[in-house]
Amino acid sequence: MTRLFPYPLLWLSLLAMWLLLARSIDPGQLLLGAIVASLGCGAASALGLPRVRIRRFDLVLKLVALVLWDICRSNLAVLLLVLGRREPQSVFVTIPLELRDPNALAILACIITATPGSAWVSHSSTNNTVLVHVLDTGDGIAWAETIKRTYEALLLEIFR
Amino acid sequence: MNALHALPEWAAILVALCLLAGALITLAGTIGLTRFPTFYQRIHAPTLGTSFGAAFILVASMIYFSVSEARPVLHELLILIFVTITTPITLMLLARAALYRDRAEGHDVAADAVEAERGETTGH
Repeated sequence: MTRLFPYPLLWLSLLAMWLLLARSIDPGQLLLGAIVASLGCGAASALGLPRVRIRRFDLVLKLVALVLWDICRSNLAVLLLVLGRREPQSVFVTIPLELRDPNALAILACIITATPGSAWVSHSSTNNTVLVHVLDTGDGIAWAETIKRTYEALLLEIFR
Repeated sequence: MNALHALPEWAAILVALCLLAGALITLAGTIGLTRFPTFYQRIHAPTLGTSFGAAFILVASMIYFSVSEARPVLHELLILIFVTITTPITLMLLARAALYRDRAEGHDVAADAVEAERGETTGH
């Protein structure tokens, strides 16, 4: 099954993308979408991309909700900062991570960067730390601990 | 412009509000880009445009086309997903280039980075 079908999530996502773009679920479009998805998965396996192993699908929803909520909050915070007179107090924070799965790290990078107010600058694979720039925080260490406690803990659970 | 006149009033108001909100948030992001003093602070401001700015404009588009074509139009979601997963690539590229240049010029801005402790969840 895994030999024949190495990236089930990628395959389904590509099919969903095709159907959304085609805006129909005709059998013809389903067939075309399946062909495109298979070609995409073929490319992924030719590149030797690491497989996604999700253990806890229920926590994915929790993660999405948490991310949306945090994006809302930080959008408002940065908006006020831009329009206000106060100078932002920026810090660089080095966060040591337990997370090693490359897919999980990529998701964490997307989350941290998609939230305005924090940016993933560089990841060191030798000691598994990440350098993050935080736009406005009084306490960089507390900020890093929040990230570790919420996102990293959740991602560790999901990808364990 | 016939399609615009055919749009019911509630939908027109909703679309207009979403478009306005998205445009204003993106504008705030660009204002931040010019207002913040350092490069590393500036890279944060346009994220307003790629998160909520884009989201509001895409929601406006979804409402408009769903109502005017009388069927759900959701492929704008793809734009949001692709914007979200591709932003980190350019952002990291820019930030790392700036960091590299700063280090080459002898002032390592990240040298005084505060370091969080390794959590107790580590196995070693």
